[in-house]
Amino acid sequence: MGATASHLGKDLLSEYQELTFLTKQEILLAHKRFTELLSREDKNLPDPRAPTEAILTLPELKSNPFRERIVRVFSTSESRDGLTFEDFLDLLSAFSDSATLEIKSHYAFRIFDFDDDGTLDENDLEKLVNCLTGETDETRLTPDEMKQLISNILEESDIDKDGTVNLSEFQHVISRSPDFVSSFKIVL
Amino acid sequence: RGGRGRGKKAASEEEEDEDEVPAPRGRRGGNRKAARKGKDGDDEDADDDDDEDGKGPKKRGAGGRGGRGGRGGRGGGRGGRGGKKGGKGKEGDEESEEEEDKKGAKGKKKGGKKGKDEEEDEEEGGKGDKGATGKKGAKGKGKEDSMSEGEMAKLMEEVEEKKKLIATIRNKPWRMRRRLTHLRESQQFVDKFEGALGKGKGRKWYAYKVMMKKKWIKFQRDFENFRTACIPWERKIKEVESHFGSSVASYFIFLRWMYGMNLVLFGFTFGLVVIPEVLMGLPYGSIPRKTVPRAEADSAQDYSVLMDFNGYCKYSVLFYGFYNNQRTIGLLQFRLPLSYLMVGIGTFGYSLMVVIRTMAKNADVGGGDGEDGEFTFAWKMFTSWDYLIGNAETADNKYASITTSFKESIVDEQENQKDENIHLRRFLRVLANFMIICSLGGSGYLIYFVVKRSQEFASRDDLSWYEKNEVMIIMSLLGLVCPPLFETIAELEEYHPRIALKWQLGRIFALFLGNLYTFLFALFDEVNTKLELEGSIRNASLWNMKEYYANFTLNSNDTEATPPPMHPSDIIRGPCWETGVGIEFVKLTVSDIQVTYLTILIGDFARAVIVRFLNYCWCWDLEAGFPSYGEFDISGNVLGLVFNQGMIWMGAFYAPGLVGINVLRLLSSMYYQCWAVMATNVPHERVFKASKSNNFYMGLLLLILFLSLLPVVYTIMTLPPSFDCGPFSGKAKMFDVIMETIDLDLPAFLGTLFSYAANPGLIIPAVLLMVLAIYYLNSVSEAYQGANMELKKKMQMVRLQQKKG
Repeated sequence: MGATASHLGKDLLSEYQELTFLTKQEILLAHKRFTELLSREDKNLPDPRAPTEAILTLPELKSNPFRERIVRVFSTSESRDGLTFEDFLDLLSAFSDSATLEIKSHYAFRIFDFDDDGTLDENDLEKLVNCLTGETDETRLTPDEMKQLISNILEESDIDKDGTVNLSEFQHVISRSPDFVSSFKIVL
Repeated sequence: RGGRGRGKKAASEEEEDEDEVPAPRGRRGGNRKAARKGKDGDDEDADDDDDEDGKGPKKRGAGGRGGRGGRGGRGGGRGGRGGKKGGKGKEGDEESEEEEDKKGAKGKKKGGKKGKDEEEDEEEGGKGDKGATGKKGAKGKGKEDSMSEGEMAKLMEEVEEKKKLIATIRNKPWRMRRRLTHLRESQQFVDKFEGALGKGKGRKWYAYKVMMKKKWIKFQRDFENFRTACIPWERKIKEVESHFGSSVASYFIFLRWMYGMNLVLFGFTFGLVVIPEVLMGLPYGSIPRKTVPRAEADSAQDYSVLMDFNGYCKYSVLFYGFYNNQRTIGLLQFRLPLSYLMVGIGTFGYSLMVVIRTMAKNADVGGGDGEDGEFTFAWKMFTSWDYLIGNAETADNKYASITTSFKESIVDEQENQKDENIHLRRFLRVLANFMIICSLGGSGYLIYFVVKRSQEFASRDDLSWYEKNEVMIIMSLLGLVCPPLFETIAELEEYHPRIALKWQLGRIFALFLGNLYTFLFALFDEVNTKLELEGSIRNASLWNMKEYYANFTLNSNDTEATPPPMHPSDIIRGPCWETGVGIEFVKLTVSDIQVTYLTILIGDFARAVIVRFLNYCWCWDLEAGFPSYGEFDISGNVLGLVFNQGMIWMGAFYAPGLVGINVLRLLSSMYYQCWAVMATNVPHERVFKASKSNNFYMGLLLLILFLSLLPVVYTIMTLPPSFDCGPFSGKAKMFDVIMETIDLDLPAFLGTLFSYAANPGLIIPAVLLMVLAIYYLNSVSEAYQGANMELKKKMQMVRLQQKKG
């Protein structure tokens, strides 16, 4: 089933309220914004899927360096392309103000795991740093600095010293951070 | 754990859909902690099994059985199993484990439980293999009909578990589809079996209870939605957030929070003090304290007099002096003096409670204050991006600042070793501190001097505008000039920027505090002078009244007629020091508001206009070089807000209208500053986080609250109230009202109870007990920290051994 693109049933709405950290107004707003992203033909499908390019035009995601990863992580299609409305709600719920640390750190880990292998190894970390330092060459780090940075990070967070950061180590590091919950937020 | 499990599944698409379920750690349903711990262990076992190349359900079953059999935490356990397996390939395993489950935990397995298992199977297999599990479903359902008492109880337990699952389901990192299915299935189960449970005795009552509970949950949800919708200015703040990042927005969130608190205080004051006096008390002009004296009556309506809060303003509900000291007023026998005192104390109590509660909530979210240097690099990597940024320019700034901070910390690490010329640096720092202390002392003395001068001015009449407002002007100027001065001096010190910021904030705080307290001391000097005056005025007033009556009897022929009372505006008034203090605070607040708004107008708006329009005909690029657009000064604004609140707290007791003025001020500030920020400021070059400082500002607020409590408590306890104005006139001390109430209004035994409670012999042991409790809690927390370190080391050792062996 799923919502038809035009109208969100009341039962479904209350179920979504149970299942996510969003309030009723937020869900309705999300529905409105989501239908705006769909193309005309898609609107009549029973469970429409908004294409990735459309989602990346959302102002909240436009300037985010991780926007493509976010869409991939929350997408449930085989090709990891495009979000259904429920995926979209999942996204908003995980990034909402009232979501718990566990949910946020879980999804943060998956977003940072560029190769989707369940751990953050050096390649993942390197890609992460490059995302954070912007696209231009002036802002990138030199290879030496990169190596130094990655080894520092692994030294701090890799408790079992296996060269990668797994989910529990990640969650341990994140849970001590006072900034994480308030910065890992997207609000429509 | 979950991560490892998930990693193994990455290969198959199917498994991607069923996200891992690390057993949810304790949150919403705190009562589930115990159940979860068992589950954790269970999942751990299961995961280890996965690691050892899927040794098969047997091992898992065996390990899990003991755990599972002993608990009722089936709901999550089921989820865990589903997560681990995920995928068509393991259907067989699933089913066989279900079989083992049924055989194993006999103690728990009754009809209802089996029924649930069937439903679980149905759901688990739902993605692929419906046929096999459908059979089991049919089998299970047949068992419902025969249920004994014990089975009913077990069933009830299951239903409760399901309900708890429904309550916590949003916290599980599954995908929506799966959660939806779980939710529907749980709800169906609950609906079906709740009906069944209702059979027999007490069925109607049970059904009623269930219905009320559902309604209550729905009501709670609606109320939450309503509450969130009521929060004002969400759109505005979100706009600011997306342009400037979360640190600037945190100022506005703080402002909004203050507004809420002030609104509540205003409600108390207005509802319990002002309204009763207005509605049930004597009207204006009826008694001396409520009337403008004859001498001032001509100028009482002048604009300039009103701006000074004299004239009609002074003799209105805004100030302390207006209130009558009648013990009870009106039909309802409302005790105004008691209410006035209680509201004054209640203001502080409520503010204290709200500030501490917010501090506790902030501390909770951040997981406490982690040691500062512990995870610098990791945090920079994982938490430095601000997801609220929705604007390309801010994003670019953020990239630049992140890069800079990476490079800085890399260099910092290396530089921590070398330390050139430590002696010179120490000398410079001592010198800088010395200069700053000098300037602090200088500013304090200046304020004292100016306040003393204003007292001399008070006796003269021909004052220029500057002389009338000298105190306010000097204080505002000091507040504007000193902080940049401190910043320049601080450059001698060469601290790390974050530490330098803390020093700067501390110094500005000391400046404001010093100024405020000097102002207070000067004010209290004035109060004492007035008190001394009072004695002589009281005599003069009585003498005047006697004269009036004597004159009257002389002039009238009828010696037996009683003379009409003197017109209220003719009676000689005492100096009424409380109103004087109230007026000072109100004037200070108003001038503070004016200075803030003017600064924004000139410092930010005019600057932006000049830079924008003069840029066309200027030699160098005004926008990129000097002066360019301003950045929003977060710390300055927050400190200003905090100190403003401190002044309100101090002055609210003497001027009940002050809180109302503050509410208006905060409201207009919100709109004005939002506009100013969006129109005239640019995002910071170094975009840094606010959240850690949030508790810092709350801590400042708490400190100011205590410091503003002191003068008010001192007044209530020691200074005698004026003899002819205010709700406490005629009493020896202000808190005598309470004594009076206890004696007259409350039953006798309460009076004796209070006198026992106030006994030093009781209070001192209580204080000692509290000190001991603090000491105990401190040592317990240290013990926990030690245990933490031990556990960490153990974890490392275990992993090391695992690798070797």
